[in-house]
This record gives sequence, C-alpha cells and structure tokens, in this order.
Amino acid sequence: MQPAIIRAERVEKYYSQPSENRIQVISPTDLSIVQGEIIALLGPSGSGKSTLLRMLTGLSTPSAGQVYWHEAPIQSANVNVSIVFQSFALFPWLTVLENIEAPLKARGVDAATRRKRSLKILDTVGLDGFQAAYPKELSGGMRQRVGFARALVVEPEVLFMDEPFSALDVLTAENLRSELLELWHKRTIPTKSIFIVTHNIEEAVLLADRIIVLGRNPGHIRTDFRVNLAHPRDRKAAAFTQLVDYIYKVLTQPEAPAPALPNINGRRVRDQREMKYQMLPHARPGGIAGLLEFLLDHGGKSDIYRLADDLAFEIDDLLPIVEAASILKFLTVTEGDAAITALGTEYANAEILRQKEIFREAAVKNVLLLRQIVRALQSKSDHTVPEDFFHDTLDEVFSEEETVRQLETAINWGRYAEIFDFDSTRRRFTLPESALAEPESTFADAPEVEEEEKDKQETGL
Amino acid sequence: MIQLPAGFHLRRDTLARSVVVRRSWPVFLDLCVAGLLLACFYAVVQIARYWNSTPRTDFAISLSPHALPMYAFFSIVRIGFAYLLSLAFALIYGYIAAYTPRLEGLMLACLDILQSIPVLSFLPGVMLAMVALVPGHQLGIEMGAIILIFTGQAWNIAYSFYASLKAIPRELTEAARIYNFSPIQRFFHLELPFATIGLIWNSMVSVAGGWFFLMACEMFILGSRDFRLPGLGSYLQTAAANGDFRAITYGLLTMIAIIVATDQLLWRPLIAWSDKFKFEQTESSNRVSSPLLHLLQHSTAISHLRQRTLRPVSEFFYRTSYKRRAIQHQQPASDSTVQKVLRYVAAGLFIGIVLFAATHAIVLLREVQPRQIGMIFLGAGATFLRVFAALLIGSAWTIPAGVAIGLHPRLARIAQPLAQIAASVPATAVFPVLLVAIVKAGGGLGIGSIALMLLGTQWYILFNVIAGAIAIPSDLREVGRLFRFSTVEKWKVIILPSIFPYLITGLVTASGGAWNASIVAEYFRLKNQTLSTFGLGAQISAATDAGQFPVLLWATIVMALIVVTINRLLWRPIYRIAETRYKLSA
Repeated sequence: MQPAIIRAERVEKYYSQPSENRIQVISPTDLSIVQGEIIALLGPSGSGKSTLLRMLTGLSTPSAGQVYWHEAPIQSANVNVSIVFQSFALFPWLTVLENIEAPLKARGVDAATRRKRSLKILDTVGLDGFQAAYPKELSGGMRQRVGFARALVVEPEVLFMDEPFSALDVLTAENLRSELLELWHKRTIPTKSIFIVTHNIEEAVLLADRIIVLGRNPGHIRTDFRVNLAHPRDRKAAAFTQLVDYIYKVLTQPEAPAPALPNINGRRVRDQREMKYQMLPHARPGGIAGLLEFLLDHGGKSDIYRLADDLAFEIDDLLPIVEAASILKFLTVTEGDAAITALGTEYANAEILRQKEIFREAAVKNVLLLRQIVRALQSKSDHTVPEDFFHDTLDEVFSEEETVRQLETAINWGRYAEIFDFDSTRRRFTLPESALAEPESTFADAPEVEEEEKDKQETGL
Repeated sequence: MIQLPAGFHLRRDTLARSVVVRRSWPVFLDLCVAGLLLACFYAVVQIARYWNSTPRTDFAISLSPHALPMYAFFSIVRIGFAYLLSLAFALIYGYIAAYTPRLEGLMLACLDILQSIPVLSFLPGVMLAMVALVPGHQLGIEMGAIILIFTGQAWNIAYSFYASLKAIPRELTEAARIYNFSPIQRFFHLELPFATIGLIWNSMVSVAGGWFFLMACEMFILGSRDFRLPGLGSYLQTAAANGDFRAITYGLLTMIAIIVATDQLLWRPLIAWSDKFKFEQTESSNRVSSPLLHLLQHSTAISHLRQRTLRPVSEFFYRTSYKRRAIQHQQPASDSTVQKVLRYVAAGLFIGIVLFAATHAIVLLREVQPRQIGMIFLGAGATFLRVFAALLIGSAWTIPAGVAIGLHPRLARIAQPLAQIAASVPATAVFPVLLVAIVKAGGGLGIGSIALMLLGTQWYILFNVIAGAIAIPSDLREVGRLFRFSTVEKWKVIILPSIFPYLITGLVTASGGAWNASIVAEYFRLKNQTLSTFGLGAQISAATDAGQFPVLLWATIVMALIVVTINRLLWRPIYRIAETRYKLSA
C-alpha cells in the first residue's frame, strides 16, 4: 500500500457544554489520502463534511486524535495544500493577478517569478487577459476559475475543494468540472491528490475515484468505496445510475446502530443518537404538503432519486422534507423508496382546516419538543412560557446554532398547526385563543399522564 | 458594400482623441502634484517655526482678515494631527481587542465608558501635564489641544475597526491561513481593506466632532492662566466678544470654505477610492466620482514614486517575514516560561499602577463636602431637563421636515446640500455669535444653552429621519393612497413605524452629543464677564476654571454614569425593539 500524504487517526470533534455533557459533532474517524486519487466526501447537511475537511487541512484542530502530514503531526509540519472555497473567498480589493500572487508573496517568491508563475496558471485555467480585472467584474464561473488558479499556483500536493461548484449554475459547473478532470488526467498540474466535499451525488460519481459517505448525529463514515468506472463517465450508463442509486439508498437508509462509545476521563460521552429529542429536519409544512401531493400524483410511491430528479431538487433540499414527512408518519422510507401512508393520503387530500388538524395531531404525537411546549403551556396558569426555557434544555443536546434552528422549525410547525402562538418580540410561547376556550377538544390527542414518565426518562430532565 | 455599424466612425474618432488626451495629460498632472508637494513643504516649515517659539499664553488674536488663512491653517493642522493620532490608536486598540479573547470584554467595556465621558473634563489635567512636559515651547499647549481632540475622536473609529475585524467572512480568514499569510500580509491584504469603508465613514464623523471641540478649546482659562492658541476658534470667539460682525462673517465663511474643501479634497476622493473595498459580488451602478482621485491615480510621477518606494519596501517585508517563519518552523517554541513570567510581571505592574491611581482618586473624591455633592446631583437634574428639551424641540421640527425631504425627491435636491453645509459648521463656532444675539434680546444662558445643544445635535436626528423616509418602500405608500388613509392614519400606520429605527439611531447620537455640549453651553465667557446657568455642565466648567479638581472629578463621574445608564436602560431596549419589530427588511 502507498504511504499516505495525509492520515487522520481517530480524529473527532466535539463541543464541551458548561454541564458535564458534550456535543459530539464527529465521532472518532480514520481516513487516509494517498497519491493519485480524487476523493469525494458526501453526506447530508450536519454530517460534518466541512469540519472534517478543515481538520484534514490543519485549519481546525481535532478535539481528540491526530492528523499526520507525511507521518508528521500536521501542526508542526510544513503543509502544502490549497482549498477552493464554495464562496470563492477572493479578495475583492485585489485584481485577479494580485489575488493569484498573494499566496506566492506569502512564500517569499520574488516579484518576477511570481508574475511568471501567475500568468502561466492564468493561462492554464483559461483566464488569459483578465489579470487586471477585479473579481466583482467577473461572472461566477470566471471567479471560481480565479479561485482554482489561486489554489493551483502554489502547486499543492493535495487540492481540497469545499463544494466548489454549488454556487454556480448547472452549465457553468459542468464546464468547470470537465476542465478540472482534463487538467488532472493530463497531469497539467502537479497535484497528487484531490479531495472534494460535495452534496451532489452525480458530481461525486462523475469525478471521484473513491467516494466516502458520511452519516450524521454525530458525523461518521457510513461507507468508503472505490469507483472503477472509466473516464469520461456517461451519466446515462447503467453502471453510473446504479451507483447513484446505491448512494441514495445509503443516504436515506435508517442508521445502523453504532458501537457504544467509551467513557473518556470519567465524562460520559453523549452521543446524539441517545437523546430522544429528534433532530427536527428544517422543512416547512407547505413543503411537506407539496411533496405528499406530488407523491400521490405518482401513484403514492416513488424512488427518492427519481423524485429529486423530477422536482429538480438538490438532495440537500429534498431530504429534510422527506425526513419531516416520515417523522410525522405521513410516509415511510425503505430502500431509497418513499411510500405514502394512509394518514399521509388523508392529509394530502384534506382541505386546509382539516389539514391543520391532522398535522397538529401528528406533530404533537410524534415530536417531543412540540409535546413539551404544549404541556408546559397547559400547566402554567397564565398559559405562556418564554422561549429561553426550551432554549436551555435543547442547548444540552444541540450546538448553539442548531438549537436556534430547532426552535425556529418548531415555532414554524406549531404556528402553522395552531398548536401555539409565538410572540416574537417578547420571545414567548402562548396558547392560542381557540385552545384557551376549549382545551379539551383541541388537544384530545395530546399524550396524557402515562407518557409523562417516559418523557422524563427520555430527556433526562 | 458592407454596412458599417452606425457610429463606427465616431467611435474611432473619440478613441483617437482619448489617446491624445492620455498622452498630454500626465505632464499637467505631474505639475499639479509637484505644486501640492511644494505647498506641503512650506506648511511643514511654518508649523515647525511656530511650534518652536516660546509659549505665549496671552496671544493677541488679530481680527484682521489677513490673519485668517494662517489661523485656519493652524486649526487644520491641529485637527489633522489629532486625527492621525486617533487613527493609529484605533487600529492598535481594535486589533488587540479583536484578537485577544482574554481582554476583549474588558476592552469593549472601556470603549463604551470612554465614549460617554465628557471630553472637556479632561482639559485642565491634559493641559497642565503637557505644558509641564514640554516647557518653553508653544508645542506643549498645542499638544494638549491635540490630545484633547483625540479623546473625542478615537473611540468610534476604534470600535468600527474592531467590529470590521470581527465581521470578516470565515472563508476569507481561512484562505489567508491556508496560504500561510504572515501577520503583515494578512493586515494589508485582508483586515485593513475589509475595514476601510467603516474607517472612512467613522473618520468623517470623528473629524466633524473634532471641529466642535477645537472651537471650544482654542481659548480657555485655567485658574489664573489664560490659554490662547492662534486658530479659527479663538478668532471667532474674539470677534463675537468684540461684537465685530465683519470679522464674524469672515470667520464663518472661512469655516464653511474649509469644510466644503475637506469634503471635496479629502472625503470624496477617499469614498470614491474606497469603492473597491466594498464587499459585494456585483458592481454597483451609482458610484461617487472624484476628479482629485483621478489626478492622483493617473499621475505618472506618483506611480513612479510608488514603484521606487512602496514596492521595494513591501517586497522586503514579505521576504523577511517568510524567512523568519521558515526559521521558526525549524526550531519550534523554546522559551515560553521566560515570556510567561515577563507577561505576569507586566500585568502585575499595570494593575499596581491602576490601583495606586484609583486609590488616590478616591482620596481626592472624599475632599468634597456632602452639600456640594447634593448640588452636583441637582445640577445633573437641571441638565437632564435641558437635554430632554433640546431633543424634544429638535424632534419636533426635524421629523416633519425630514419626512418631507425624504418623500419629495425634488425638495431633497435643494434642501439636502443646504442642510449638509449647515450641519457641518461646528455649533461651538456659531455659539458666541448666537449668544451675543440672545443676550442682546434679553435672554439668558438658560435658553442659550438649550439653543447650543439644539444647534449641535438636531442634525443627527434630521439626517437619520431623511434616510428613514427615503427607505419607506413605495408600495407601502401606495397602499396608504389606495385605502385613502387620512393624514393621521398615514403617519401612525406607515410613516412613524417606518422611520422609527432611524429616529432612534438619531436620538441616541443626539442625546450623547447634547450631554457633552452642556459643558460648553452652560458656562461661557464673553468679553470679561462670565455667563453661567445652573447645571452639571456649568459645574464642570466652573470647577475647571477654579482648579477644583475634586469637584471636577465628581461631576465628571456623575455625568459619565448618567450617560452610560441612559444608554443601557433607555436606549438599548428601545433600539432592540426598533431592530426586531420595525425593521423593514426581512
């Protein structure tokens, strides 16, 4: 086996909380980057793709474990890598040429050599004649070419790319991808390995020699396999679509149970899967209804890959909606197929008030956070509870950013289903007037005392 | 025959002409630049000669118009030095605050409080210290004035730089790190450019504030000593005291000319230049243009100069910083214990000095009689009412006027430049003149002080209201027209809520300014008589005059506390509501 250029050994990332808990973002992971391969890293949002990339480049220090650069710890090594960023990350006040020269300046290259190398790389990426332009005068595709040129001018051993094509339109992205492949296969660039983070499955299958799929909560490697299709790859070929379908299945399959995590320094490591607060997918009720109606029109059952294709959705946009519908038991997911349930059918066919009623029942029954909000509101004499109350409990389970998003989604769902009102200036939940008038009938389906005990165990309150 | 596209000949023609222009212009441009350089040289010589002269505390201020250019020049130099000092301070302070997590909270709290402390309370201490530090030269008094202006200018620039550093997009910082930028390269390629626009806008505000205080502190009395600095402020004060209306007019005209010139020759080119630092994805259409900037950018002499001086210097820096880093890489951190000990010693010393000074200040505070303290608080109440009145009167006329200007583009075209000129004249320059008029009409300083506060602060409200009114979306106004809202309804439902966040921003600034202005406004010397009215500002000024430092310290602390408390307890909550509920953008 070849020696690894970059090798990650049991790297993990977690955030410590003020209490004994900590939030695990990435569980201990091993990963090597060897010479001569393009690696694609796939995963749903929140699986820590970018975090992993930053640890591999040395930008971010792992909470535990170690990253090695040619078998030396990466912090003290003289690392030769580049990153192409999603947002290009060009300096808008520097011209194209100055942008490309900047990394060479940092390496103490003299002015004449700097200029020569920069102009040569400009020529390579097809930006001849644009050296005096400012980035904002260029189109998105051109700007990303500058991003490539700046990354390549230092002749990195490993070229990292963080969703480099996702800010571009489809055609421009396609064009840049094929040019990148050409540079790579013709060995125009001395780069030994390319590591690309993406959420576009086809892009991964199109480019990569090796694909790694991450799962989330916390981020971990689900599968890591080689792609043995010959270049140029044909999107219509059976082998290609089979591979794409396989990855869709991996991404949508229920998680396999992971081995138990060890005790570290006497602190119990809390894995997010142990918490019974589900991670609410950030989908809007309108999107869920739309998806169900679409499914009904297609016979109630469809391949998620086909669904994404028909709707012209990126997988990152579609998966949260599918997941939300499945949490509410409006549909079931098996083997990459989504099938609508009886409840889902009723929901999709109902008129608007009835729809809200069904949503309300399903949400209160299946979403712990909403159930807790309702119970707290009913038990308070003034029927109002500050947002902070739930913020603090969620904070123990999710990162600060995720807590805010979780509450945002819960508020969105709760307002839609008229489970509660939310006063956004005072940041308080209140019971809606209709519920105040006749709480019995409105929340007839809200789980009562017998589930109280279970909830307490679940949340560890 | 092939049809040439229309205008083809014309285009070739203009092309040719522009080439000729490009050829012949640089010579002319270079001559202009040479002229500028000569003027600078002369100015430096003049300043040096003046600063080296022996101190004359009783400078006779000549009211002749011939003396005016020199006075104006001296005032400008004072402002300039104070500004450069502020900028240097702001960059260092902001940088340390942003990158030292352990000090960040403390340094921000300091900024907040320093911003609220009335600058003029520093005057006696600073002056005496500076005169003692540089005895036998005019330089001492001059430095005192400069440091005083500095204390009024530095804080908001520092805060702006800090906020910019904190707002740098993560991917840009990561790009700088992955390509191993040295701190110097990061500063010039990333941090400074990113902060430039904020720095320029805050500098404009600061320099305008600088004029306000310069006018006040060019002529003041400390105990038995009468300090006078030759300058525009002392010229105007003398002219007002003598009732010389011709001199007053000349002085004010010079003031306006200076302000218009600074705007045209300094701020406009800077703003036009800073356009390239805008962090935006697309080029905006309406850009500020500046002929002077064009001149500087297209002068071959300047570009040659840059090629010979800046380039080699920066190349040298980049090379050495790379070499140094390469060496560091070979021999990783060795003497951390020595550094640690040194750091603790430095911190210990600093804390010791602070404690020593603080205890002495407390001893000083105990000298004040309880009765005097009671008077200070009563005075604070009186000044509070005055500030409140000034804000009320200010809002009463600026809200309708601002909304009218903002909603009618044609009116705006006439009124806005006029308002800008009126606003740019520092209130302290007009104050002596205004006061003479009020006294002649039989009024006292009670009304006069409110007038000065109003003069200085109403513009903040006006400009913010105009900005707010311009930002009201036209579809909202159309809704009002569609449903035939009455005037009252229109104001209640559309206009007032829309301008609310802007109005609050204006009021916060105005309130701070009014408190500070009270020191100048409530106590004033005209000819040989002292006018004063009961209030905290008057107490500060009187204590300064009489050299009663304990009372001065008490009054200053009380004023700072009041301003900070009002900001925290009143403005901040209102501001939060404005930001959440009345913000128009989604």
